[in-house]
Amino acid sequence: MKAALELIGKYILLMKMVFSRPEKARIFWKQFFIDAERLVLDSIPIVAVISIFIGGVIVIQTAYNIENPFIPKMYVGYMARESLVLEFCSTMIALILAGKVGSNISSEIGSMRITEQIDAMEMMGINSSSYLILPKLAATSLFNPLLMLMSFMLGLVGGGLIVIITGVVTFYDYTTGLQYAFRGYYIFYSMVKMSIFSFIITSVSAFYGYYASGGSLGVGKSSTKAIVVSSVSILVANLIITQLMLN
Amino acid sequence: MIRTVNLSKKFGDLNVLNNISIDFKPGNCSLIIGASGSGKTVLLKSIVGLHEPDEGEVWYNDSLYNQLDFKKKKEIRKEIGMLFQGGALFDFATVEENVMFPMNFFTQWSREEKLERVNFCLKRVNLINANKLYPNEISGGMQKRVGIARAIALNPKYLFCDEPNSGLDPTTAILIDQLIYEITKEYNITTIVNTHDMNSVMEIGDQVGFIHKGHLVWEGDKNNILSSDNKELNNFVFASNMAKRMRDMMSEHKQ
Ligand SMILES: Nc1ncnc2c1ncn2[C@@H]1O[C@H](COP(=O)(O)OP(=O)(O)O)[C@@H](O)[C@H]1O
Ligand SMILES: [Mg+2]
Repeated sequence: MKAALELIGKYILLMKMVFSRPEKARIFWKQFFIDAERLVLDSIPIVAVISIFIGGVIVIQTAYNIENPFIPKMYVGYMARESLVLEFCSTMIALILAGKVGSNISSEIGSMRITEQIDAMEMMGINSSSYLILPKLAATSLFNPLLMLMSFMLGLVGGGLIVIITGVVTFYDYTTGLQYAFRGYYIFYSMVKMSIFSFIITSVSAFYGYYASGGSLGVGKSSTKAIVVSSVSILVANLIITQLMLN
Repeated sequence: MIRTVNLSKKFGDLNVLNNISIDFKPGNCSLIIGASGSGKTVLLKSIVGLHEPDEGEVWYNDSLYNQLDFKKKKEIRKEIGMLFQGGALFDFATVEENVMFPMNFFTQWSREEKLERVNFCLKRVNLINANKLYPNEISGGMQKRVGIARAIALNPKYLFCDEPNSGLDPTTAILIDQLIYEITKEYNITTIVNTHDMNSVMEIGDQVGFIHKGHLVWEGDKNNILSSDNKELNNFVFASNMAKRMRDMMSEHKQ
């Protein structure tokens, strides 16, 4: 318990350092675009593939679960849309990004720590935590919500493809369902979630990397920890945000 | 001029540095020698502020460095160049970008001006035609040269080198030592070099401090090292059988 509190305190102090005394704006923006490309753009393929497949699977599962003839067939489209926007495209995708992006960030920063590259920056008088972490935080928190939107649309497309291929329901029923009782607020809710999850992934992974020690073995360990801790934090945050925003 | 007064540093229960008081003069290559694990790196990092000392003072001229706020510390840090044991080159950047890195942060120079300075520094360390290579594409000796070039990029007043010739073959090691020595004299830098290499001591040591288990047990001129009667220092200096044989031969010769 004491150890956990200490860890949280250390994390908060690091975040304070990240947001104080940022380096020159020009240097920040340059790094921001590099990070946006590496952390967000490069995640598009995996997110796209997963979203299309999951959209398809949700449609099949919903269709076979609605056996009651009194429930209209368009419910398949409706259900697909709701599960995609409410949970899948934010929480599930965030958990996948925690693995992909989180391990990338923590191992990169961790190896800079153990090879004294971070010390070298500090020695020059550079705020290394701000230089290394702030652009990554900004890039992922700003752009990952767009990744969530893309995932949502591709999930619907995946569902549509399955409808066309298998004919579980008619395409007309499916698209009618997609438009049924549509609430734009859910999309907003999901984008907010994604932004917060991204902040968690990036900051937690950067934290474990920044304080890595014990050679390359230590870097490996800290990236495993980064993934576990950010995944659990995402689940907890999901609960809290949902309670706050959908109540 | 750098001065430490009663500098102490602990890690948990381990007293790594005990009451170290020592002066380093401008234009001098001061060597800190001692066995592995004796506390050389921790001393260096405490002097530059990468470790917070538990007790004692670190002075840079008239500034009590370890008590300064971040902003004032930063001003002094801009005047410090440091060569790390493993080179600590940024592996995301080319040789050229590594040397340019501090300039991007702390100067308003144009790209041409920066390139000119980069090439000057690289030439000074005898490294040409490597500008576009990445650290993992060059040899250990070249990495040290880039490290030195980066350390002198902004004309430092102070230069810190942690085991500059570890991992290098003897010939390259001597070249790197000499480079550090020449640069020190050329720009009147206050240079502190950590080493466990007696060759370095004899080549470039203007002033020598010997650390044993976190205590500064001997300090003086390199010419007095061989004749010192300090037991720990003797054990360190004459660690190898060859050195012992030579010492015995020399004393026989005298008799
Ligand atoms: N960050 C640290 N945490 C705990 N112990 C450390 C740390 N850095 C160094 N030490 C310990 O301090 C002692 C001196 O280390 P160091 O200064 O690296 O020796 P060297 O003279 O070889 O450079 C060693 O016993 C080392 O284990
Ligand atoms: Mg050392």
